[in-house]
Amino acid sequence: MPTDSPPDARELRLVVDLNRCQSYGQCVYAAPDVFRFHGEEALEYDYAPDPRLRREVERATAACPVQAITLGRATEPAPLASEPVQ
Amino acid sequence: MNGPERIVVVGASLAGLRAAEALRDEGFDGELTLIGDEPYAPYDRPPLSKAVLSGWLPTDHTALPRARNIDARWLLGTPASGVDLRERRVALADGREVPYDRLLIATGTRARPWPRQQGGALHGVQVLRSRDDADRLRAALAAGPDRVLVIGAGFTGGEVASVCRDLDLDVTVTQRGSAPLLSALGGVIGSAVTGWYRDAGVDLRLGTTVQALEGEAGRLRRAALSDGTVVEAEVAVVAAGALANTEWLTGSGLAADARGVVCDDACRALADDGTPVADVYVAGDVARWPHPLYPGQLLRLDHWDNAVAQARTAAHNMIHGSREPRAHRALPAFWSNQFGVNLKCVGLPSLADRVVVTQGSLDERRFVAAYGQRGRLVAAVAVDSPRVLDGYAALIEAGAPFPPVLHASDGPDRLDALDAAFPRPAAGRSSTPSTPSVLSIPSAPSVLAGHE
Repeated sequence: MPTDSPPDARELRLVVDLNRCQSYGQCVYAAPDVFRFHGEEALEYDYAPDPRLRREVERATAACPVQAITLGRATEPAPLASEPVQ
Repeated sequence: MNGPERIVVVGASLAGLRAAEALRDEGFDGELTLIGDEPYAPYDRPPLSKAVLSGWLPTDHTALPRARNIDARWLLGTPASGVDLRERRVALADGREVPYDRLLIATGTRARPWPRQQGGALHGVQVLRSRDDADRLRAALAAGPDRVLVIGAGFTGGEVASVCRDLDLDVTVTQRGSAPLLSALGGVIGSAVTGWYRDAGVDLRLGTTVQALEGEAGRLRRAALSDGTVVEAEVAVVAAGALANTEWLTGSGLAADARGVVCDDACRALADDGTPVADVYVAGDVARWPHPLYPGQLLRLDHWDNAVAQARTAAHNMIHGSREPRAHRALPAFWSNQFGVNLKCVGLPSLADRVVVTQGSLDERRFVAAYGQRGRLVAAVAVDSPRVLDGYAALIEAGAPFPPVLHASDGPDRLDALDAAFPRPAAGRSSTPSTPSVLSIPSAPSVLAGHE
């Protein structure tokens, strides 16, 4: 099972651990099309941004002071519903 | 060591996905199957009541990143309908059967529906839990209803009402208790939250229940409230708590009911006689377990953080539990965004008898409140103060005294602890178990805690 191959360039996925997030906002500066504040401290973000924003998203991930952003690393295709009933 | 050859994970949301990834991380190289009732790849639920409902984020942009390849067989779009513990088989609703050597139950919870005979089947009456729910409710809000009724001022109810006001929709919220978030955070903080609702222009009806939802030609038109008034509304959002998805386990021999599936602190499922069931594990919102930090009760947490942590513990124990079992003892933590503020919580406020504002002030909507139970710190809530909770978490885990000694520069001159003002049933804190199915489980009080 390949685990170390590079992430699929066609798919960009991320999640923010909002328990860990401390609203420093570095991600909003690094990738303003992906992250935004609603109010002063409430972070919102796109889990599936345009893959062309990968560089900005990686910068945001690296800039997060509490390492709250995780990028998808799977190269398998996303699962689909469902196998036909036999 | 004879490891399992086939592992089946029932539930393909956050806990199921993270468990599957952790199983591979732990070295499991056999056949891995994930079963999910929804026809979607795992997605995240927290944004559904916020960025999705406001229209900023489409639901197909909530897919969770997959942390690694897991080489799994995915059976999506068909719920599990039963399990045979002796034959080690999961039955699917479409008639298929999936054999396992080891099973993880991660079927989560669903929104408690409104009773059909009281208008629950009317068009316009909605819940908010799944992607499909969110798409329906987003469309209903985007159509510009004259008024939205939200039933229940818990976290989900508050978030929905908050989005409605952001969209400039009139909204009425009914709440059985005397304040929003009453059962989660108590009356002192709840009173402060009342101000958030009122200042946002929400028509908040406290101490009020909906007696019936009434329609015309199958569509919701109005709600009759217990205060004798009638609210005209085209959309009603039922935000009245969650039910565990355990019907498929009825008759299986597991200690499972609408409150969850009971497991031990190593995530091993318990039979209805209270003994661990070999090779069956539980994780996420559906699990009820004795948290080592809170003895004498079973917890069930609808928390994002708990789903991830418990999935990892369960996965570890499914592979290495016989030699090096791990206890699931992560400190409960959750967050909510509503009415323009960020609220974060660690610990279990609902256990508390006292509460004190330790930093900031309620009026400024930027504060920290500490919760104490019999002189010990058990929880802390931070509003628009997202950087302070790590310190409180360490104090809670250390069993620090209450009120806590903090020396915070933004603390009040004197700590005035108040009655935390949680609603209590007349006979003790225990909610009366509605089913006697869990025989040898200590008649443990249940603690349920919701949200993200």
